Amino acid sequence: MNMSPVLHDTQRRDRMLTIGAALLGLALLFVFDSMFDPFTMQIFKLCAINIILALSLNLINGFTGLFSLGHAGFMAVGAYTCAILSMSPDQKAANYVLQPIVPWLANVHLPFLPSLLVAGLFAGFIGWILGIVALRLRDDYLAIATLGFSEIIRVLLTNAQTITNGSLGLKGLPRYTTMWWAWGSAIAITIFLVLLIKSSYGRAFKSIRDNEIAAEAMGIDVFGMKVLSFTISSALAGIAGGLLAHYLTTIDPKQFIFLKTFDILLIVVLGGVGSITGSVVAAIVVTVSMEALRFLDGPLNLGFMVTHGIPGLRMVFFSALLMIVVIYRQQGLMGTAEFSWASLSRIGLLPKRSSKEAAR
Amino acid sequence: MDLQTFLQQFVNALSLGSLYALIAIGYTMVYGILRLINFAHGDVFMIGGYLAFYGISTFVIPWWLAVALAIALTTLFGVGLERAAYRPLRDSPRISIMISAIGASFLIENLAIVLFDARPKAFPVSDFFAANYVFSGVYVAGISLIIPLVTIVLLAVLLWIVHRTKTGMAMRAVSTDIDAARLMAIDVDRIISITFAIGSALAAIGGIMWALKYPRLEPLMGIMPGLKCFIAAVVGGIGSIAGAVLGGLLLGFIELMTIAFLPELTGYKDAFAFVLLIVVLLVKPTGLLGKNQGEKV
Amino acid sequence: MSTLLETKNVNKKFGGLAAVTELNLRVDEGEIIGLIGPNGAGKTTSFNLITGVYTPTSGSITFAGHDITGMKPHGITRLGVARTFQNIRLFKEMSVLENVLVAQHMRMGTNILEATLRLPSYMKRERHIHERARTLLAEVGLSEHENAKATSLPYGKQRRLEIARALATEPKLLFLDEPAAGMNPQESVELMEFILKIRDQFKLTIVLIEHHMQVVMGVCKRLYVLDYGVTIAHGTPEEIQNNPKVIEAYLGVE
Repeated sequence: MNMSPVLHDTQRRDRMLTIGAALLGLALLFVFDSMFDPFTMQIFKLCAINIILALSLNLINGFTGLFSLGHAGFMAVGAYTCAILSMSPDQKAANYVLQPIVPWLANVHLPFLPSLLVAGLFAGFIGWILGIVALRLRDDYLAIATLGFSEIIRVLLTNAQTITNGSLGLKGLPRYTTMWWAWGSAIAITIFLVLLIKSSYGRAFKSIRDNEIAAEAMGIDVFGMKVLSFTISSALAGIAGGLLAHYLTTIDPKQFIFLKTFDILLIVVLGGVGSITGSVVAAIVVTVSMEALRFLDGPLNLGFMVTHGIPGLRMVFFSALLMIVVIYRQQGLMGTAEFSWASLSRIGLLPKRSSKEAAR
Repeated sequence: MDLQTFLQQFVNALSLGSLYALIAIGYTMVYGILRLINFAHGDVFMIGGYLAFYGISTFVIPWWLAVALAIALTTLFGVGLERAAYRPLRDSPRISIMISAIGASFLIENLAIVLFDARPKAFPVSDFFAANYVFSGVYVAGISLIIPLVTIVLLAVLLWIVHRTKTGMAMRAVSTDIDAARLMAIDVDRIISITFAIGSALAAIGGIMWALKYPRLEPLMGIMPGLKCFIAAVVGGIGSIAGAVLGGLLLGFIELMTIAFLPELTGYKDAFAFVLLIVVLLVKPTGLLGKNQGEKV
Repeated sequence: MSTLLETKNVNKKFGGLAAVTELNLRVDEGEIIGLIGPNGAGKTTSFNLITGVYTPTSGSITFAGHDITGMKPHGITRLGVARTFQNIRLFKEMSVLENVLVAQHMRMGTNILEATLRLPSYMKRERHIHERARTLLAEVGLSEHENAKATSLPYGKQRRLEIARALATEPKLLFLDEPAAGMNPQESVELMEFILKIRDQFKLTIVLIEHHMQVVMGVCKRLYVLDYGVTIAHGTPEEIQNNPKVIEAYLGVE
């Protein structure tokens, strides 16, 4: 390995910068947690959940090159699993008014962490089964089949009255998803995905995206790898679903209509299909601006005239933005590029070499 | 179940299936030529219904004129959609084009919410369409009779265009091999525009008939019928007009007959299409009447 | 010398069209075999049948004592069969180095947890495959391009990268599909030397499809000639050159 002293110093600088940034992030989280009003906090929590959703969709769509539109279904599985496991027997009795919950679930009452983990595992398991079925298909056939599975899951949830409480949904879930839970999960999952993508498995995923036939000829078990990627992606979507359930505190099957997948797809495309950095940045920008642009739906004072509220104008803005990006800048914000300290040096925000090296 | 109930359901399924078929044709033609799922097709269908509504209710023009104008404007809309959202991406990866289609659908739906209002509108249905006619105990709404008839006529016209005219020949050529067609001096852009025009006109007619049958307009009304009709096209064999008709009818019959015979499955109605899709894709991925296409190594 | 690959009465039909008829290849260890014939003769289809891209309609294929008929391509690669592609198929968004690293994934034998958590057992293997990938890139003269995007390389270098990538799978048998395509005479001579060199260095057996007769005659010990999917001749280069059937297939009859 080439380990010249120059490289070494830059590496050390980058490590210091990373540690510094992590500490700064933690400090900010602490400040936010203690200073901001509950409304602002809700938005920041939603940012974290959307980061997980965008990253997990990007793993399958961006890194493995499989166009899946089933994410809403796996979120729903995670949300319901986590909610049902963590509700107290009393809460269940209060919720299941039309028909009582099945006895084997009635007295289950787990803390948040195990509920969330089981939610991820169960969503992953469902993803594994559906993946084995759907991943025989390609391209748009895969897209429409996964969308179909997502809708089938939603219809099943609506009809499984004694397990999910059907279309009435579940209300009054404990507000477990704190700033720490949301951001803790988002950061852990981001690190996990960065390491996964950089590993030999990540390379295998990308080789399938780039050329399936060649990947197979190079000894990659393409089908197995696709199922693996799909399973991980579903499990992460399930965890995000669990966090979302205890963030909203109310869930019902309608929230998980396939259009929800399109919301996440919007973030992934804007950030750059195949870029972790892009998904993280876009998740934050889109979530914050969704709130910031809420005024568009209300009465507007344009100076010369005041409009009545136009509900929906905000979504017109976002869908138009998506179209503009797809047509004029397909690579989105980042393309397949990732953030690194070196890239900051390249655009001149950091010195090319540390001052010590420059002095030499 | 007695014969009368069966006939009643048969008539209902026939008219629903015919509507599905009409919309599925638009999907199958576009897919046959561009290998693109036109996610916005269901929204084009919705636009058709709304335009007819505004013609009849707001501008109070005669219904036949309102319908004709709505079909014409929707056709233009469909052609414009292709120009704006799909043509710039003709040579892009398929995923980009599909995202563009999803984005276009998203945009049209949200614009519809802003322009048409999210609250449902009641579509004015004249007595002629709404009246029930009784044939030996089977109730048939006027519109339920008209839908299959209109579908048959339109299908005949379409098949004549595709198989008997020069434009139709060019369409078949483009769908077989777009590059070879271009080398044969076929104006591919024009053919694609015509395909979108035909598909959108059929969607508009479908949308208006849908509104006559279920007289309630909503900006998101096109999503579910749109998805189901795409599925109908896939089930029938994408790229095949006969397949789209077969798939549409099949889906209409499965949906209504299952509920008629197994009422306890009513809650699962919206999942039938997706289950059918997955079964067909796994058993015969090319659909019932589709041709096999593999990647060349 | 023992037989490494044998195909027995292999047929492949697409719909009603017979792409390959009664293919009977026998390849001994250490040989370099040429597969020649006019365009559309079924040469690449034969490669695809042996490497598992297509399943034969009938017949059997044996490699190193294993029946590989109908096996999946990655399983066949695992047994020690590697290939290059006529229409270059590199991993286009990945770097030159990564292209070679991917080909070693199956030989690493790590599980996903070890790899993601970067456990020492994984890191050791990762360092090893990096070293090996760099050696292979040096072998084909692509060292200075290791961080370039694979598709940014000029055509000839992309072909060499394909060979390096195939070698990285640790094959016993290597299929080269038109390795000299688009090369000038000078490069072709270098390619011949290169093929002989890797055969000895990596103890390979090589089957190649090639239109460049200079290359075929220069390196192949035996040739099979295909026409319309049928093996019309088989023998040493000298025998083939004088075979009237072959001349007829290439030049047509009066």
